[in-house]
Amino acid sequence: MAARSRGTLRQVVRRLGDGVRKLGAVMYFLAGMLRAMPYAVRRPALVWRQVHNAGVLSLVIIMTSGFFVGMVIGLQGYDAFSRLRQEDLLGAGAALTLLKELGPVVTALLFAGRAGTALTAEIGLMRATDQLSAMEVMAIDPMGRIAVPRFLGGVVSVPLLTAVFNSVGILGAYFVGVQLMGVDNGAFWSQMQEYVETGDVWEGVLKSIVFGITASLVAVFEGYTSERTAEGVGLATTRTVVVTSVLVLILDYMITAFLL
Amino acid sequence: MIEVDGLRYSIAGRMIFDGLSLRVPRGKITAFMGPSGTGKTTLLRLITGQIRPAAGRILVDGQEVATLTRPALFALRRRMGMLFQNSALLTDYTVFENVAFPLREHTRLPERLVRTVVLTKLHTVGLRGAARLMPSELSGGMARRVALARAMVLDPDLLLYDEPFSGLDPISMGMVLRLIRANNDVLGVTSVVVSHDVEEISRIADYCYVVSGGKIIGAGTPVELQQSDSPLVRQFMSGEADGPVPFHYPARPYREELLDGGA
Ligand SMILES: Nc1ncnc2c1ncn2[C@@H]1O[C@H](COP(=O)(O)OP(=O)(O)OP(=O)(O)O)[C@@H](O)[C@H]1O
Ligand SMILES: [Mg+2]
Repeated sequence: MAARSRGTLRQVVRRLGDGVRKLGAVMYFLAGMLRAMPYAVRRPALVWRQVHNAGVLSLVIIMTSGFFVGMVIGLQGYDAFSRLRQEDLLGAGAALTLLKELGPVVTALLFAGRAGTALTAEIGLMRATDQLSAMEVMAIDPMGRIAVPRFLGGVVSVPLLTAVFNSVGILGAYFVGVQLMGVDNGAFWSQMQEYVETGDVWEGVLKSIVFGITASLVAVFEGYTSERTAEGVGLATTRTVVVTSVLVLILDYMITAFLL
Repeated sequence: MIEVDGLRYSIAGRMIFDGLSLRVPRGKITAFMGPSGTGKTTLLRLITGQIRPAAGRILVDGQEVATLTRPALFALRRRMGMLFQNSALLTDYTVFENVAFPLREHTRLPERLVRTVVLTKLHTVGLRGAARLMPSELSGGMARRVALARAMVLDPDLLLYDEPFSGLDPISMGMVLRLIRANNDVLGVTSVVVSHDVEEISRIADYCYVVSGGKIIGAGTPVELQQSDSPLVRQFMSGEADGPVPFHYPARPYREELLDGGA
């Protein structure tokens, strides 16, 4: 018994050590990206191409998911508010839920699954096939050329995608609430304007920026540091989804607790 | 051009180089030969400053590579070209853009001139017609030749070729041999050719080093090496598996490993 718990303890310590080492590696990587930032800033076309890529990859899935999430909110919200005879509040309820919570969180998770994995796999494959080394030898910093534009592209994309998700989500809630359940059209929109404050919008924006940085950093880091084998790239891709999801949920709680 | 002194380097606890020293004279073709896995590619990675030696010095054009600041290292690399063993073409650019890549990054040539330079280089490797293809549409041998064109596009002072002959048909092989020779004779490029292709290398190299077990086991002109009476060199030049040069990766005795049933 004692022996086993000592074994467990040792494992926990080893895990902690791994975690700290990983954190150090991420910090080192981040410093490398900062140093390479000027290169990418001087070539905005590279960044825009990545925004475009991330957008093209994620737009359909973001819009589809947003619409369905909005419709679910419409159904559940209608059910809850009608028990209180407050159906008119559905618009406000749906908007707040989406703007403050579901929009940023679900968008970040979908981004990690769609664009994040693609980034990790792409960069990991470049590493495995010596493309990054080839750039190094050609005196071109792969950090500036490959990592930073993809990171910035993600940082710009996630808030934009979040805005799309929210808009489509509100349309979904509107469709179910007003068109199907018969909530008054005027009340739906006017109550939304009445109750949603600028601060709520900013909370969502702040979250989407933080999540965008997190998701992009994880995706680029995992790809850049992946092992140079097919298996290594696969594992890195999986880690991108897992690590981003957990971090986003933890950060979501921390930001919410801090702001409320 | 390159001076290596007392170089030591190990990967994952295994000593790759154990006090290696050699010279690559300016304007000559120098060959590094050695069995697979002796660290020839690793040596090129050390010379280009991608990894740092554990001990010893590597001077390229009088500058110690491992101690250079990043900008100085990049300035030095701008005068080097390297052909990677696995070509390492950028997969999301066309053949044309791959070759144009160093030009676009390091020069401000107008587009017309870039086009001229790139097409000329592609023509010398016989692939002008493939300019619009993507790397995924090339065969291995074609990819090597594109990578060769890319390595040469900035007219570097030092060209490092990692296995330039692997995967080439006899015609392409002859073309690459002549190209390496011409780079040297016409442009005065210093060349380092890594290969285990004894016969091909002997036709172009001015001087050869045979590396094995982390050390230089033989050095000389191709003719000298052919006539060497060192058993190590003789074995390598004639390609026998049995002899002083280990063909096998370090391992336990064969008999012992087979008999103990994988414990
Ligand atoms: N990332 C790595 N991890 C562990 N060992 C490695 C790694 N890279 C290379 N090695 C080892 O270093 C040694 C030298 O590798 P290197 O690629 O330099 O050989 P080489 O001489 O170029 O061989 P070849 O002629 O087959 O290309 C090999 O024995 C290999 O096992
Ligand atoms: Mg090699």
